[in-house]
Amino acid sequence: MFDPLVVELSRLQFALTALYHFLFVPLTIGLSILIAMMETVYVMTRRTIWRDMTKFWGVLFGINFALGVATGLTMEFQFGMNWAYYSHYVGDVFGAPLAIEGLMAFFLEATFIGLFFFGWERLSARAHLAVTWLMAIATNFSALWILIANGWMQNPVGAEFNPDTMRMEVTDFVAVLFNPVAQAKFVHTVSAGYVCGAVFVLGVSAWYMLRNRHVELARRSFVVASAFGVASALSVIVLGDESGYALTDNQKMKLAAIEAMWETEPAPASFTAVGIPSLADRKTYFAIHIPWVMGIIGTRSIDKQIPGIEQLVEHAEQRIRDGIPAYDALERLKVDRSDAEAREILKASGKDMGYALLLKRFVEDPRQATEQNIKDAAWSTVPGVPWLFFSFRIMVACGFVLLGVFGLSLWHTMREAEAPRWLFKLALFAMPLPWIAAEVGWFVAEFGRQPWIIEGVLPTFLATSQLGVWNLVITIAGFTLLYGALAVIEVRLMLAAIRKGPEISQVVDRMMTPQRRSGQLHPAE
Amino acid sequence: MTFVDFLFDYQTLRIVWWGLLGVLLIAFAATDGFDMGVGALLPFAARTDIERRVAINTIGPVWEGNQVWFVLGGGSIFAAWPALYALSFSGFYLAMFLILAAMILRPVGFKYRSKRPDPAWRARWDWALFIGGAVPALIFGVAIGNTLQGVPFHLTAELRPVYEGNLFGLLNPLALYCGLVSLSMIVMHGAAWLAFKADGIVSQRAKAFGGRAAIATAVLFAGGGALVWAGLLGGYRVTSEIVWDGPSNPLLKTVVADPAAWLANFQAWPLLWIVPALGIAAPLAAWLGFRGGREGLTFLASKLGVVCIVATVGLAMFPVLLPSSTNPDHSLTVFDASSSRATLRNMLIATAIFLPLILAYTAWVYRVLWGKVSEKSVEDAGHSAY
Repeated sequence: MFDPLVVELSRLQFALTALYHFLFVPLTIGLSILIAMMETVYVMTRRTIWRDMTKFWGVLFGINFALGVATGLTMEFQFGMNWAYYSHYVGDVFGAPLAIEGLMAFFLEATFIGLFFFGWERLSARAHLAVTWLMAIATNFSALWILIANGWMQNPVGAEFNPDTMRMEVTDFVAVLFNPVAQAKFVHTVSAGYVCGAVFVLGVSAWYMLRNRHVELARRSFVVASAFGVASALSVIVLGDESGYALTDNQKMKLAAIEAMWETEPAPASFTAVGIPSLADRKTYFAIHIPWVMGIIGTRSIDKQIPGIEQLVEHAEQRIRDGIPAYDALERLKVDRSDAEAREILKASGKDMGYALLLKRFVEDPRQATEQNIKDAAWSTVPGVPWLFFSFRIMVACGFVLLGVFGLSLWHTMREAEAPRWLFKLALFAMPLPWIAAEVGWFVAEFGRQPWIIEGVLPTFLATSQLGVWNLVITIAGFTLLYGALAVIEVRLMLAAIRKGPEISQVVDRMMTPQRRSGQLHPAE
Repeated sequence: MTFVDFLFDYQTLRIVWWGLLGVLLIAFAATDGFDMGVGALLPFAARTDIERRVAINTIGPVWEGNQVWFVLGGGSIFAAWPALYALSFSGFYLAMFLILAAMILRPVGFKYRSKRPDPAWRARWDWALFIGGAVPALIFGVAIGNTLQGVPFHLTAELRPVYEGNLFGLLNPLALYCGLVSLSMIVMHGAAWLAFKADGIVSQRAKAFGGRAAIATAVLFAGGGALVWAGLLGGYRVTSEIVWDGPSNPLLKTVVADPAAWLANFQAWPLLWIVPALGIAAPLAAWLGFRGGREGLTFLASKLGVVCIVATVGLAMFPVLLPSSTNPDHSLTVFDASSSRATLRNMLIATAIFLPLILAYTAWVYRVLWGKVSEKSVEDAGHSAY
């Protein structure tokens, strides 16, 4: 029925290309807003240093953006290439936000990015500022639509299986748009992007400060980045993804796995700060618990219980049993579309059909499943607990360290004295953290959703294209080589541009006039 | 029946979305087409570094927006024609990989080439931009050729698409012929843009290449028509009654291979012959333009040629989208491969809001960037140019 190697290679390819894409996306999201803010200061004060800052960070933004676009192309088409059954099965729902992303956001972003770079001499300062803001806002809207699509994979609201077309179809588009999981993810992800942009500006500025170069630009950038960074880091932490974790069985399972919470605890549950979870023994060794914290984060209450893994597995087992009649009804409808009784059964228990599909990993025909098959399938709903447990903690630790770095930076910049050198060094060494947090965060979100590609609806192992293994080997090798080479080139260019530093306008401020084409006064450009 | 009822009728929605699919593909060919054409011409129409910078800077500020027609095309096919999205991209798997790999080279090529003065560095990116233009132009045509001939696939009872061919099956002579039509058309269009937008020697050389490409386009496209006439480039006809508002399930109809089928629409509505006729006449007009006509008009003639050539394929195949050569009954058509009525309606509303906005701000951007790009203007712009 399905080739496990094709499934694993398809997953590997998606993970590689998506994680690689997301090295560039958060910096684009964060820097676009920071650049727009800097240019706003320029237009309001007409101090050319702020325009120089806009242009300098714009150069780095551009180098990063090019790879974001290049790798985004792959994402748009990969669903069809590697996940053909997925595309058929949920395209009616999942395709719409992707298309609207193009219509509403990416088109605006890509059209105006050309003018951002080429329009300095052709536009008035105000018009150019409008272009920059539209580009930045479009970037953020882009993230919104992608996360509406991804949020639906985590919490598939507003859709229903249609036996006539053998796929999920939208029943309530508004519910898809205002999916609470998507909203939580959007705020969390975009804030993480702001943190990325802020750390980048903070770190590069700190490097200049340490070397006593471009101090005028670096000091101002440092201030902007630390203030923006504090706000963003707070927003990432406070508006974390947690709010969506109580919503669906899988989200509950993800939460239980993140906490390695094997059994349901009396409310409010404690938070396992550290420990070594073992999937084989179904317990966590050397655990240190902090009372109450988990219950409060997870349920925003002190009296609601958070279900543990064992309880959720029992629940999954029940849903598998309930799903088998739905699967049977569907098989009958494949033979005879007019079977009214089968339609009734499907309507009644169709919501559990996805759980019956989990059995296909263990038995060709879910209707023939043994007790052991059902137990195995129920336990297959538990994702890799130790992986999630540690990944989540790495992400959270990065978040708190970054909040500390931003906080210290802001505190020092608000005092009159020059910030100490150790702070600049700290800012420099903090630079990789938001990327680590973002990558690990996506791992938690996507690996934590397993075994589902669409939570409760379609298992991942059924969703691939019918491809030969060699096809996948060729494309994985090809993308790895291409992306690897481009990564080396990108980093080198980025470092070269940073070493070269900004071009500072020689013209004194008073020569600046707000008239159109004012840029022509600056031959230095 | 009110207008809204009519517009949101499942049949109307499906036909409108067939039209919008055409609009997106045509917009992609007519805008990003000239970007790809400039890439394909880059090593030939521009020889020195400054000439190449002139050529690159004619499209530098706009190619990124143009490319979104491709991304939007992908997203819209996913949303409106999910079965087509699933089948075509998994079926044309390695071809699609080649297109993506080539197109990935473009954003980095444009952005990174000018970052270092080293001639070897720049020469490498020139080749990257050449590949990024020429390879997709060729393969898109090959894909169209295969679509016309029919693609070996079937659907299981649960509508899981199963592709039965391989990359080498895609590269058959007739499909490669269609690739040549596409490549010459794209080169013509790129040359027309360069002639219009570049100044001096680049514009002159572009006219020389453009003239040849325009003639090749007209002749090859007419030859493609002859192949269709001879029944060599496929033809599939729906033999069961078309249920326009039926469920999107491609297993409920019958289709046969019929060499005359791709001409049937033109025979039924003779007015449609205008489109393929312009597909030949407009490149010929562009050829005249390259020999000494006004550059703006030449570009418009080229654009009209691109529009009509792509549109001809769609009109010939309607209502078929992707025929199956091994199981013709499983072919994807306009009436059984779409999204649900609700999704088509929601997407139509979104498109009605955003497409006019896109056209408006894109037009504004082109107006801001109006004027020729010359060696002097590139040198004056310094680091803010590519």
